[in-house]
Formats: sequence, structure tokens, C-alpha cells
Amino acid sequence: MLNYIWMGMILIAVVVGTLTGRIDQVTQAAIDMAKLSVEIAIGLVGIMALWLGIMKIAEASGLIRIIAKLLRPITIRLFPDVPDDHPAIGSIVLNMSANMLGLGNAATPLGLKAMEELQELNPDKKTASNAMVMFLAINTSSVQLILPATVVALMGIVSSQIFITTILATLCSTIAAIVIVKVLEKTKWFALAPATEGAASGDEARSPDDGEGGDR
Amino acid sequence: MIESFTDGLNELARYIIPALIFGIPLYAMAARRVKVYEVFVEGAKDGFTIAVRIIPYLVAILVAVGMFRASGALEVLLNLLAPFLNFIGFPPENLPLALMRPLSGSGSLGLLTDLVNEYGADSMQAKIGATMFGSSETTFYVLAVYFGSVGVMRSRHAVPAGLFADAVGAISAVYLCQWLLG
Repeated sequence: MLNYIWMGMILIAVVVGTLTGRIDQVTQAAIDMAKLSVEIAIGLVGIMALWLGIMKIAEASGLIRIIAKLLRPITIRLFPDVPDDHPAIGSIVLNMSANMLGLGNAATPLGLKAMEELQELNPDKKTASNAMVMFLAINTSSVQLILPATVVALMGIVSSQIFITTILATLCSTIAAIVIVKVLEKTKWFALAPATEGAASGDEARSPDDGEGGDR
Repeated sequence: MIESFTDGLNELARYIIPALIFGIPLYAMAARRVKVYEVFVEGAKDGFTIAVRIIPYLVAILVAVGMFRASGALEVLLNLLAPFLNFIGFPPENLPLALMRPLSGSGSLGLLTDLVNEYGADSMQAKIGATMFGSSETTFYVLAVYFGSVGVMRSRHAVPAGLFADAVGAISAVYLCQWLLG
């Protein structure tokens, strides 16, 4: 999927850029964005270190486990493949809380930690697991209780009006995300099973996430 | 009432980070005798490796998004979609932001700033724009960084699901604002 989107975006950019005479800007954007990517990543180092350090303490003290247990009734429906009290649940919950509170800086390190823990459970390290896709879909549709500081700065007093609409809109998109992920993960285009090609060899890899399976 | 409630929440938000940085180690040390300093350093060590690991994925996605933005393809898409949008009552002024939101955080913030400058913060266009901005994330950036950090190549249904949720978010932002703030 990403292969096609990536190629498609670049192709469209070059074709449209040529037609509109903006090919120089396209070239410049490619160079600027490559530079910017490294700046973003390096800028993350310190914040990542800070939150990963705090997270390690939370883990060592058993806090993550407690949080994971408390929210198990919800998370078991969203992530049926992740075992009870696995640290991934704790990290996922903390990432979501950080997102809800508008703590973008804290959310990314916590989310990457969650991905790492989900990857431990993932039988095929190159392919996204159901739990990963669900986590990302909820994450990108971002339930938000606190408006981003940038929005408050821009909108001034009007911020309090859009507070309610923002929460409701984010609720709609999050519900849509959960439903569409659950629907799509079973369709033949996206299902994990190698059933479409080489069905015979795929059996052993199949069992762990077969819907109503035994790990509840 | 709503105003004081939001103000209260935003006020509270200022204390969340300090409370976490202070509260978690305190609990660990007092209740579980964790060697907080050593454990912190142990965890912080991974910060660099993870940040560096996502660089190639970030470059790939951000370069493609940047080229797409610079080419003016968004405007072309806008013209193509215009008849459909008029049909469902989606304000055309808000479409660039809706299309930009999943691609670029800074780009969509720029568009929101334009809306506020052009129509004023109190206008319906700005309110819809701010709701769209606040209720959604930069989907492509998040996908690239999160999958990149663990080396996942096949994203399966993550992209279509993310974009579908973004579309639902954008459309509900329009209708909610028109209905509640109209």
C-alpha cells in the first residue's frame, strides 16, 4: 500500500509540477524536506530519552502493569491478540492518555515504546499486526480533551466554542477508525492469513490471531 | 460555564508533565524502592537509537509529501472535488485544510492561520478549520514514524483506515460546527 502511495505522490508531484511550471519548487521541496526529516529526528532524541527514562521507572515500579490491568475490559476488545498484563497495553494506554491531554511531546516516545512491545508479539516482523494497525488508527484519529496550544493561540476567546466540537469530531473519527479497522482486517485484501497465496504453508502462522481464538 | 471549564482544563494541563516527571519516580522510590536514577538512565539510553532509526522513513514520507505540496497538485485535486463538495454542503474554503491535515502538520497549521487571518477567528470557516485541525493527526507522519521505528514494511490496512477516519473527522467537523455554532 505505502509503495503505491509513495510512488503515486512523487509521480503526481513531478507531472503536475511540470505542467504548472513549478518543477523548481518541487526540487527544492525534496531537498528541504530531506533536511527537515533529520532535524525532526535529532530533535526527538532528548525528549525521547526523557520519556523513555520516566517510562522505565514506571515499568520497574509496576505502575504500567496496574494501569494495564485497570483498563483491560476496554483494551481486550480493541487488542484481543495482546495477552493480559503485557507491557504493551500499559504503553498504549499511556500514549492515548498523553494524546488526549494534548501532550504531543510525551505521546510520541510512549507510542514508539508501545510499537516496540507490539513488535515482540508480532510473528511476522515485516508486516503490521492487527494490534499495531488498531493502535495506529486510534492514535491518528486522536481523541483530544485539551485543545492543542497552537489552536488556542490562534483562536483566542473562540477556543472555548470549538472545544466541544473538537471533542465530538474526534469521537466520531475515532469510532470510525475502530470500526473500519475491525472490518478491513478481515477482508481478503488485508487479512493476515497467507491464505490467498500458499495456503498450505500458512497454517502455523495463522492461529494466533484468528478472531475468536483462545487467548481471551 | 463552558469557558471556565475549558480554561480549567487548559490550566490543569500545564501541571501534567511536571506531575508525571515528579510523581512516577516518587512512587517508584517510596513504594517500590526502585533505584530511580539508574533506571532512568537505563531507559533513556534507547532515545538516541530510536530517533536515528526513524530517519530513513521520515525522509521517504516527508520528501514525497513536500514534493506533492510544492507541485500544486492539491489545487488540482480541489478543482476535481468541487462539484461533489457542493453537493454534500462541504464549504470549499475548508477543503485545502482537510486534504492537507493527514499529510503535513506545519502545512495544515499554515492553512488554519490563513483561514483565521482571512475570515477572522469568529467566522464559521475558522471554527470549522480549528475543529478539523484539533480533532485529527498527521496520519502519514505518524504511520511513517511508528512503523519505521520497528521496521514494519507492510502496513496492510493502516493507510486506508487512517484516511477513512480522517475523512469522517473532517466531515463531522463541518456538520458539528454548522449545527452547534451556526
